[in-house]
This record gives sequence, structure tokens and C-alpha cells, in this order.
Amino acid sequence: MGGFDFSNHTRNAALMSAGMPAPKATSTGTTIVGCLYDGGVVIAADTRATSGPIVADKNCEKLHYISPQIWCAGAGTAADTEFTTAIVSSNLELHALSTGRKPRVVTCMTMLKQHLFKYQGHIGAYLVVAGCDPTGSHLYTVHAHGSTDRLPYVTMGSGSLAAMSVFETEWKKGLDREGAVNLCSQAILAGIFNDLGSGSNCDVCVITPEKATLMRNYITPNVRVPKELNYRFERGTTAVLQEKIIQKDELRRYITVTEVDAKGEATLTTDVMQVDA
Amino acid sequence: MSAGKIYHIADYLLLAQLKSIVTAELLKEIKNESNPFTLNGGACLAMAGKDCVAIACDLRLGQQALTLSNNFPKVFNYGDVWLGLTGLATDVQTMHSLFRYKVNLYRLREEREIEPETMANLVSSTLYERRFGPYFVSPVVAGINQRTGKPFICGFDSIGCIDFAKDFIVSGTASDQLFGVAEGLWEPDLEPEELFETVSQTLLNSLDRDALAGWGAHVYIITKDKVTKRLLKSRQD
Repeated sequence: MGGFDFSNHTRNAALMSAGMPAPKATSTGTTIVGCLYDGGVVIAADTRATSGPIVADKNCEKLHYISPQIWCAGAGTAADTEFTTAIVSSNLELHALSTGRKPRVVTCMTMLKQHLFKYQGHIGAYLVVAGCDPTGSHLYTVHAHGSTDRLPYVTMGSGSLAAMSVFETEWKKGLDREGAVNLCSQAILAGIFNDLGSGSNCDVCVITPEKATLMRNYITPNVRVPKELNYRFERGTTAVLQEKIIQKDELRRYITVTEVDAKGEATLTTDVMQVDA
Repeated sequence: MSAGKIYHIADYLLLAQLKSIVTAELLKEIKNESNPFTLNGGACLAMAGKDCVAIACDLRLGQQALTLSNNFPKVFNYGDVWLGLTGLATDVQTMHSLFRYKVNLYRLREEREIEPETMANLVSSTLYERRFGPYFVSPVVAGINQRTGKPFICGFDSIGCIDFAKDFIVSGTASDQLFGVAEGLWEPDLEPEELFETVSQTLLNSLDRDALAGWGAHVYIITKDKVTKRLLKSRQD
């Protein structure tokens, strides 16, 4: 598992010691929540991805598939949540195949925490794990350092405080499906409007023992107002110095041609693949 | 190194010496302008239109304020897929040759061209493999899926997080400017010729507000069966 390549590390460490800042990764400065109800579990997320103060993606997907009945919401470093859930999803599928049983949420949570603990917090994935298995409906949070919680309602990410305030005022025992979906989406909306790191739309996933339903863009409270006029440029606005048109069938393929002389020494003659060669 | 040539020990010493000089120079540069993403300058932009995509880049290569070259394209072609690479120039070239190698192997194994979606996952996993020692690049992928005919564009951060966008992708030192201009000018379902004007104007006007990028631009307009490459007339300051 993992299999990272550290060959650039020495170079980058030298650069770091010379005062270079760490590269800016896309982070999901996020609001993610989860809530158990009688008969299943709901998770929800906003859809904003940021890179520093810039909104990098206005409609990204933060609800990740793990197995048919287990889904995961991710906050923190976007690449880490994406790849950590993908590798656990893959291993859980193999595990289910070899045992011949449906994968369990505890198994998924344990695989996640062991993977994250091994990397001592350097993999910045903060996750809400939810799902249904033969032992019931479950909801967990997993932190980047490997700690976990099991609670009836959870929030994570930079908007977790805004979202938790909704849960703490509105949550009650014995919610039904509709009540849980509403509560989760209201908590996400609190994050979207009150936390700068969260924004755009609200995605919801409902998991019951029978099936999981992903409701992508369940609420879209930030639709862009259509432009009244357009900014289309007239043809010929841009001055062109050179033009080359290549038809698909004459597109030369990437083949490096080398001629081998009598002595067997290869001399590179031309790289015919360059479109502009 | 060509095959069979024997290097004298003195050559190795010279090489080692050169290498340490290069490293020291690079470190000196980094100390001054400490960010590898802005050391060489450069910008890249991709946009989706109606059954077409566009990808464009500037041509500048610099070392901070000093321009070294005005012919350093940052968009590369791998069969049916185009890849834009901005960031540290040494990593741009390394990534280009790495992907040429990987796509060639893919072609030999699969006996078909790589599709843009597959390329996106290849770029993503290649970058994430180096999660703890990244290449300082911000790649952009553009192309048309030859099986479905669907236009495809996407961008990445330096550790491989994919940004699937329906409208446009920006990268490089002018990315802040490009974000603003593209957000204002882009509209859905542009025809290839309209897309060319929108992409070109977005890029040129953003470049004029970035001291580290510019000095010419390449624009590729890609449709299912035709590719048009244009060199734009632009400011040379």
C-alpha cells in the first residue's frame, strides 16, 4: 500500500532549506457532515475546492465511493482524500472477494486509520465514513493522524463549527430518512454561507441496508445569473502570425526514428511525432 | 550518453563539478525568489467548446526578471491528447519526456491511442506517486475522446488532484488573471472559430498583466478530425 517515490525528496529538501515555501496543494477547505437515522445513514458535503484564496473548482465531488454500501466524505488535502479512499476501496473489494462477505464499515474505518497512522499525519485526509453492513448502520470520523470517533452525528472540515451548530440545535433522537437528509443539508448550507472555505452546492448520499443513493447537487443555492449579453469576439479579432492545419488522418504518430549504423550505434535522426517538426 | 562510449574518469569529475555549480546556481536563485512555480514564468489555458477544445500557452522562459528565451512552448502532444505544463522549466521538460515514454509504452501494450480521460488518470497517479517529493508543475490535459467524440479538459495540482471542469482550466504565473478573464469571457457551446478568439483574447489580455509570462503564444484548436495550431502576434515586452 502506498508505494511512494521519494527520489525528488533530497532535491526538494535542499530547496526547502534555502527558503522555498511548500507547494500549494488543492485543499478541500470544506464542510462535510454525517448523521445516523432509524434505518440508515446520511452523509453530505459542499462542492468548493480551494487553492489558497482562489476557488479552484466550483463544483467538485467530495463524496467518494468505497463499496456499494459504504461511502466516504473527504476534507483536507484533496489529492490525499481522493487517493486514500481509492486505495482502501480497492483493498476492501479484494477483501470482500476473498472472504465472500459484504465489506463492513469497521473494516473500512480500520484500514483507513492504519494507513493514515502509518504516515503520521503527512497524508492530510480527514474523512467521514458511513455505510450499512450486516451488523447495522455505522458512522465514523477518521483524522489524518489516525484517530477515530463513532457518533450519531458528525461534522468535519473548516466549516465543521458552522455545521455542528445546526446539529446541536436541531438534532433529536429517532429521525426518519427525510429528517436526516434535511438536517444534513441544512448543516452543509450553514457551512456554505458562513465558512469562506466552503461554498457552491450541496451533495447528499443516503445509505440504507438495501441500497445507496447519491444525490449530486441536491441543493444548488448559488446558481450563476445568466449573462444578459455576450462577449463573443468577431472573427479575425486576434492577429495570427502563423497557422498550421493538420487533418486527423495525416497526424503523424509518436514514433522516434533511429538509424542504426553498421557498428550498431544508434543515432537519433528525427522525432517525427512533433506536430510542428 | 550514446551506447558503448567510454567516459574517462576526468569526464566524470568535470560532470560532478558542473553539477555542483548548477545546483549552487539554482539554490542561489531559489534563495532570491524562493518559489519554483514562479522562477521561470509561463501560463497555460484550456477551454471547452461545442465538439471542440482549445489549449494555449505563452512562449516565455525566464529566470526571474531575465528572459532567456521567447520560444519555449509549454503544450505537448501525445497522439490524441494535448498536455500543457507550467511551473519549474526543468520539471516541465522532465515530465514531458516521462509522459512521452509512458504514452509510447501504453501504445505498444494496448495497440491504440490513449484517450484524454485515461491520460488524466495517468498524469494524476504519476504526480501522486511523488506525493512527498513533487515535480513543481501544474499540468493541463485537453483532447477529444475519439470513441465518444466528447470534448475533455482537466487540470491538476502538483500532487495529482484532478480538477474536472466543464468550462475552462488555467495554470501558471498568470493563473489569477486567467481565472478572472476566462470567467468573464467563456460561454457554453462556442464553435471552433469563436473558441479560438475567446481563448486567444483571454490568454493575451491575462499575459499583459503578468510580467513573468508572455512573449508570444501558441493556440491549438482541436476538433474530432482536425487540429489547427496558430502562433499569435503579441507584445514583446
